Amino acid sequence: MSAYYVMGLDIGSATAKAVLLDESGYSLAFAVRPTRGRLVQSAEEVKQEILAHTGVSEEAVKAIITTGYGRDIVQNKTKSLTEITCHARGAYATMPNIRFVIDIGGQDSKAILLEPDGQVGRFEMNDKCAAGTGRFLEVMARTLGIHLDEMGDMAIHSEKYSKISSTCTVFAESEVISLLAQGEEIPAVVSGLCRAIAERVYGLASRVGITPPIMMTGGVAKNKGVVNWLSRILNQEMIIPPEPQIIGALGAGIMGLEMIKKSNEKMNIITQNT
Amino acid sequence: MSQRVPIRATAKMKELMGFYYMMAKSAENDPNQKIAWITSGGPVEILHAAGVIPIYPENVAAMAGTMKISDEICAIAEEQGFSRDLCSYARTDIGSALSGKGPIMGSASPKPDLLVCCNNICGTVTKWYEELQRIFNVPLIFIDAPFQYGIKDRPEAIDYMEAQLRRMMEQVSEVTGKPFDMDKFMETLELSDRAVKLWREIQDLLQHKPAPMNSFDTFIHLAPIVTLRGTQGCIEYYETLKAELLERIEQGIGTLEKEEYRLGWDNLPVWFKIKFLSERFSQHNAALVVSTYTRSFCYQAEDRDISNPLRAMSADYLAGYINHGLDFRERELTEMVRDFSLDGFVMHSNRSCRAYSFGQYELARTLEDKYGVPVLLIEADQNDTRMWSDEQVGNRIDAFMERVASKKQRNIA
Repeated sequence: MSAYYVMGLDIGSATAKAVLLDESGYSLAFAVRPTRGRLVQSAEEVKQEILAHTGVSEEAVKAIITTGYGRDIVQNKTKSLTEITCHARGAYATMPNIRFVIDIGGQDSKAILLEPDGQVGRFEMNDKCAAGTGRFLEVMARTLGIHLDEMGDMAIHSEKYSKISSTCTVFAESEVISLLAQGEEIPAVVSGLCRAIAERVYGLASRVGITPPIMMTGGVAKNKGVVNWLSRILNQEMIIPPEPQIIGALGAGIMGLEMIKKSNEKMNIITQNT
Repeated sequence: MSQRVPIRATAKMKELMGFYYMMAKSAENDPNQKIAWITSGGPVEILHAAGVIPIYPENVAAMAGTMKISDEICAIAEEQGFSRDLCSYARTDIGSALSGKGPIMGSASPKPDLLVCCNNICGTVTKWYEELQRIFNVPLIFIDAPFQYGIKDRPEAIDYMEAQLRRMMEQVSEVTGKPFDMDKFMETLELSDRAVKLWREIQDLLQHKPAPMNSFDTFIHLAPIVTLRGTQGCIEYYETLKAELLERIEQGIGTLEKEEYRLGWDNLPVWFKIKFLSERFSQHNAALVVSTYTRSFCYQAEDRDISNPLRAMSADYLAGYINHGLDFRERELTEMVRDFSLDGFVMHSNRSCRAYSFGQYELARTLEDKYGVPVLLIEADQNDTRMWSDEQVGNRIDAFMERVASKKQRNIA
């Protein structure tokens, strides 16, 4: 049994994610729940869910590191870190040869270059709109009257794709409605939407300087349509971890573990010297 | 926690600037006192020598920005059909000229008898000042400063500037109705030269660790060098400020409790978010210690001929940072990294100022790849709050500082 545990909490705009690690860095469990605008409550819920699931007591959790849009409002945290640092760390822990991370979350997208030793290099985030993010897909699913989870399969099985010229969520919505009015089939529209996101993210990634191997993280990495278009446009394979959504929380947990180890080392040095 | 020690000279600057604007405002109804509106890179010494009061629409627009009234004034220009894509200084100025609303004692700048436009800062000013001419129906002097692509400024461009400055003296004297006083002009050039050197010395004092003030302070203390260079008051003010900074250095007074990281800033400030930015960087123990923007007001040509002051002046007005191509900018930025011991550079990709923002991505890549300097790009606007989001910019700053900190720790270990 582990002497202590560390928790990583990623409180995003769409979902709250938690990962529990033991002292060796082994990931015991994770939990994901929709945020629905209640950041503090959802953070508490994923935390309790994971503790109940593993039977680990709250006192045994030695550090809680938070990240994501709601990182600062979570109470009883040890430290908060940005998603850039946590996604990079999580991706590196999952696959140490990764040099580039594309993270598409609920309301932003990021491209991060990793140094060979896993440190964050240059990075870019999307500008002030929801284009090219999970929210964009959510709005479009609603407009099309389909479920968000259906979109990926629909897109990859469609031979045709509609040309969506606008990546602005508001304009794209009217464009989609007008395409449907012209008799365009829904799968083609969905494929076109996935392509629009990929194009947008391509611009972001190019500014950073695309360097393979590339890992894709965040909820949108579960959408096969976007992944497929991205690998076509970037002409690179996208590595998708088994649970792309929890990479930020995992990275946060690992950073917490490293902090504890570092402070233990310091303590040891002090005890040895006295 | 130790309180931040305020800079005493600030009060004196407010007094100086307050007096200047009061004088300018009261001159509005005096037919014998001429007023000229001039661009920030314009040859103001000719105006001071001729006794004409200069008004800087850019400075006035920045004041409107810090007072958070620029959005409302921009909207007036937008209602008249000026595009939102137009520079927010131009929109603030035109909106102010059209409506009489402005930051000077609750109203717009005093009306001009003359307009002086020099395109060494951007191309937008050309059309902007033509618009002002249409509004006020007064003479417009246009000084065309050729863009310098190489590091070394071209002699024929200096000849061209000199001819235009000579012509400007005649044009100004037509407006004042008095002959142009060459002796007074030489005196003014001498005063301007001293002020410019003082302003550079003051900024160089920030090389000291901890820096006795930061770039958010220099943004504010910039006002006299822009508006009053060529006057005795300007020199006196900067001498006071310099003495105070030397005193702060001696006493080890910085601007942060602990100055761990030192950063540079490129482009204009985000005037309406000075406090937010200053606090956010302070939270990370990071001080901004140099900016290309405030240094723009102390460029002197490298091989200026001091035996011929007009010739030297002609060269100086070509010599600014944004009148140059990328090789020049790269050299300036890397010298700042070296001289100010910078841990990173923050670049404000300014929607309003394309002349300044062009090439920033390329310069950022160069700083990162060639010199290993981390660069943060912030997308914003100098005066238009609609281009801003606290959450997004704050998040980028936090992520950037985590990167800078981990890089520095790695270098130490």
